[in-house]
Amino acid sequence: MSEHTIQMDKPIGETRLDRRVQDVIGKGVARHEGPLKVSGRATYAYENLAGDGKNVAYGFIVTSTIGAGKIKRIDAVAALGKAGVLHVVTDSDGPRASADPGDKKPTAINGQITHYGQPVALVVAESFETARDAAKLVTVEYEPTEGTYALEDAQDKAFDPGQGVMPSIVKKGDFDKGFAAAEIKFDQTYTTTSQSHSAMEPHACVAEWNGDELTLYGCYQLVSTNVGQLAAALGIDKSHIRMVNPYIGGGFGGKLGIGPESVFAAKAAKVVGRPVKLALTRQQVYQDTSRRTDTIQRIRIGCDRNGVINAISHDTLCGNTPGDTVFEPAGISTVFLYDGENRLITHRLAEVNVVLASAMRAPGEAVGMLALENAMDELAEQLGIDPIELRKRNEPKVDPQDGKPFSSRMLVECMEEGAKRFGWADRSKVPGARREGEWLIGTGMAAASRKNLLQKASAKVELRPDGSATIETDMTDIGTGTYTILSQIAAEMLGLPLDKVAVTLGDSDLPQAPGSGGSWGANSSGSSVYAACEGIIEKIAAKLGVEPAGLTLKDGTVIADNKQTALTELLAGEPITVTGTFKPGDAFKGTHQASYGAHFCEVAVNAVTGETRVRRLMTVAAAGRILNEKTATSQSYGGQIFGIGATLTEELVVDPRTGLIVNHDLAEYHVPVNADVPQLEVVFLDERDHAASPLASKGIGELALSGVGAAISNAIHNATGIRLRDYPMTLDKVLAGWAAGKQAA
Amino acid sequence: MRPFDYTRATAPQEAAAMAAAGATKFIAGGTNLLDLMKLQVETPEKLVDVTRLPMKDIVAEGDGLKIGALVPNSDLAADERVRRDYPVLSRALLAGASGQLRNKATTGGNLLQRTRCYYFYETSARCNKREPGSGCDAIGGFNRIHAILGTSDACIATHPSDMAVAMRALDAEIETLTPDGATKRHPIADFHRLPGDTPNVETVLSPGELITAVHLPAPLGGTQIYRKVRDRASYAFALVSIAAVVTMDAGKIGTVRLAFGGVAHKPWRNEAVEAALAGETPSAALFDKAADILLAEAKGFGENDFKIPLARRTLAAVLAEATGVSL
Repeated sequence: MSEHTIQMDKPIGETRLDRRVQDVIGKGVARHEGPLKVSGRATYAYENLAGDGKNVAYGFIVTSTIGAGKIKRIDAVAALGKAGVLHVVTDSDGPRASADPGDKKPTAINGQITHYGQPVALVVAESFETARDAAKLVTVEYEPTEGTYALEDAQDKAFDPGQGVMPSIVKKGDFDKGFAAAEIKFDQTYTTTSQSHSAMEPHACVAEWNGDELTLYGCYQLVSTNVGQLAAALGIDKSHIRMVNPYIGGGFGGKLGIGPESVFAAKAAKVVGRPVKLALTRQQVYQDTSRRTDTIQRIRIGCDRNGVINAISHDTLCGNTPGDTVFEPAGISTVFLYDGENRLITHRLAEVNVVLASAMRAPGEAVGMLALENAMDELAEQLGIDPIELRKRNEPKVDPQDGKPFSSRMLVECMEEGAKRFGWADRSKVPGARREGEWLIGTGMAAASRKNLLQKASAKVELRPDGSATIETDMTDIGTGTYTILSQIAAEMLGLPLDKVAVTLGDSDLPQAPGSGGSWGANSSGSSVYAACEGIIEKIAAKLGVEPAGLTLKDGTVIADNKQTALTELLAGEPITVTGTFKPGDAFKGTHQASYGAHFCEVAVNAVTGETRVRRLMTVAAAGRILNEKTATSQSYGGQIFGIGATLTEELVVDPRTGLIVNHDLAEYHVPVNADVPQLEVVFLDERDHAASPLASKGIGELALSGVGAAISNAIHNATGIRLRDYPMTLDKVLAGWAAGKQAA
Repeated sequence: MRPFDYTRATAPQEAAAMAAAGATKFIAGGTNLLDLMKLQVETPEKLVDVTRLPMKDIVAEGDGLKIGALVPNSDLAADERVRRDYPVLSRALLAGASGQLRNKATTGGNLLQRTRCYYFYETSARCNKREPGSGCDAIGGFNRIHAILGTSDACIATHPSDMAVAMRALDAEIETLTPDGATKRHPIADFHRLPGDTPNVETVLSPGELITAVHLPAPLGGTQIYRKVRDRASYAFALVSIAAVVTMDAGKIGTVRLAFGGVAHKPWRNEAVEAALAGETPSAALFDKAADILLAEAKGFGENDFKIPLARRTLAAVLAEATGVSL
């Protein structure tokens, strides 16, 4: 077996993916694990070791009933006395929540209660039911301390968290001076609430030891990172852990870090000498894994009467549990989205006794653009300039922060195409002007941007003597289509029918990929498959004594020098196996890379009740090459729906007296249901970004979420005349807006 | 969930007798009870399964209808006679839960749903309904979904049913069977209780008393509306809901029935509101007067203050729709 590495030091020109001889790349191919999932044949984490005589034991986590304090004593005598109870794990090294993806390991309990509902112990029993019942028999004695549960109450003690996924402070020029001198000064504050990922599959695992070797069947997004975190939490070397993780029932960032279930299950399985299964209840998912922080964001923009920005600032306050210093990079898009000489983007963090705040889909943009793009709409109205025109007037030619060229940027094209398709020109510029019966109708738009991220990735591709190919990598598919797009890349490169390519994912024994997060997965792991295929093509060329560029591969044959040979014949019983590795390089450093888009929304707001219904929602996006139109569209739909939730319904409520997450189930944490979602429209503009990756693609998974909620809130303003700055915009806030006399209807 | 004994009853009388003593609960659809048992909000020692009992039919009864206690919500909503003669009931049922839940949930069980108060559901919080005397964390806590009418210092929870609100407007009667073999009929007005000092006691049912049927009196005709205001378009409990049955007589309001959900510990009805409307010419001012009567004693608890203006606005819109007045 050999290796082939591509380091992205300069843009890669035309490739086999552009020539599309096999013509499978980009096609809207259905996810090929789909039938397995809908027929129950895809084995999810909790379903492993079922009914095969493995003598599995079951765990149930005991959680704290206070929000802050010390654990004085844990009394498990009653629980242990119950028939069928095998063991109670009470060690203080257990995790208090999930790990942040950047952590070496999850933060240990260490005798402390840092948030309400925190894990404190694990009961292991012969059955799930016994474990759950016995968990209620474990009594914990606390020494409570006064906790801080509301971000507003903690803001006076906020601090600069330093470097995160971006620097906490980014500045250029002199914002204060520029803002003071500006003809028009815009200054508003926006708030967003805590949110929960609420993936359909709760965090679950099965831990099985064989001597000192642990197999962990899990549901994590970042296999190699998570193996490392689990090893560190258990105090063993990661070479002793195999993680098997082929199907994941949604992640959205909630499964980026190792969860308490796996650490507890592994500890318990070691003690009881049996495999241990453990799933968090829905309530525990809300309380014990992670959330998106609430934010208080101030946007200041100084511009002239024509809307040309001279000074722009975005200050974000967010919260996290004591000791967890990850902050929500809400200002990430404000760094580069609009021009302006004087810039100041800051982030501050305050300690609150609420479960870990970590990455949730489009960390930064998802809530930061709710503020920025609402502000741009507000500013446009104040100036009497069309919102699209205002954005165009501030379109930078290069990255306004550091002057780097954009690798590609089609924001203006997205806005123009969207305006045309949506009928933006017919929009009433006067709020509250359109009414249909009880319903006030309005439209709004917002820009979208999402930083493009790339990571080192490897994959093994084998071209087999029978003319089929296999791809193996520890990359994950969290429902996004990884299996399918990797097979499309290999099929296009090697000239194989799609059904000749098999993909194995999510096993830590396989070559290492960066997993699914930050919209980097498809590009990073896809590029490693591309690299492996390039290596295979070189070997085929060598067999034929020609240059690789002179080869055409199609339908299982290779064409060179006007001669067509079947791959089966060429291989003559010997497979070609190459491990491809992709590394980001100077091409990434030398350009500013992001995906762009524009959202257009029509809402109806009930003039009686203040209920808002989204009637139309369109996203036009440019994210480089689209690898699979169907899965990319589906991901974009998901982003749009996430935005509907963030803007209209989703709010993780923390009781400010105790820290209890009040609405910790799907009945009361309101993710949008089908009836909240209209027919969605997603349009991709044709774009190739040859500096972004060998695939000429950029991230798509989070783009449609970035900014979409602002299009909805701007539409609410256009419908009602009420400007809401406190998300989510539930009906009580609309009613309060009317009561405050801002009624246009 | 605590371990429990399970028995399947073969006759109503047997079921009632089985449940007469101890911490026993009937189980039918289980759409609410099982969730609560998993959380140990409910900890029955015995479940009596009533799903095999002959209480599954909807039959004509004089001018009215007798609905078996086991009729699923979806069947009841789809019944031709209900759709034709009691459309407010059909609409209320379809406004509740989800298709899957309605297929499983029964008529009797729907009446006995427990509140969705967050603190009732969280066993580590204080709740007088779950644990009498422990206190109420909803008062002073997050009480967005809580009651504005008929509350007490002990409890501000609401009854979550949509179906029961429509039945309240229709003056349904609930037929029961007691362990000693007596058949009782409870007017729905008296069936659910206000919280008072004993919010744990939610209905007039005595131990072992089994709901066997719901009787609907003769159809009222008129315009029938069920309007439910909620935080998302489906699968959310009512913030405010109104069941309205209104007839018109020569430009004036004839008879009017109004029941309210999401505002109280029981389906709320105030006959004084109806009396103020009957015989009057509909107008915005009249509707406002009706709302004044309805909300005279309304009290918000902070997060749910908005329900007071919301109820007023929704009432006006429902009355306007029912009477053909444009506001």
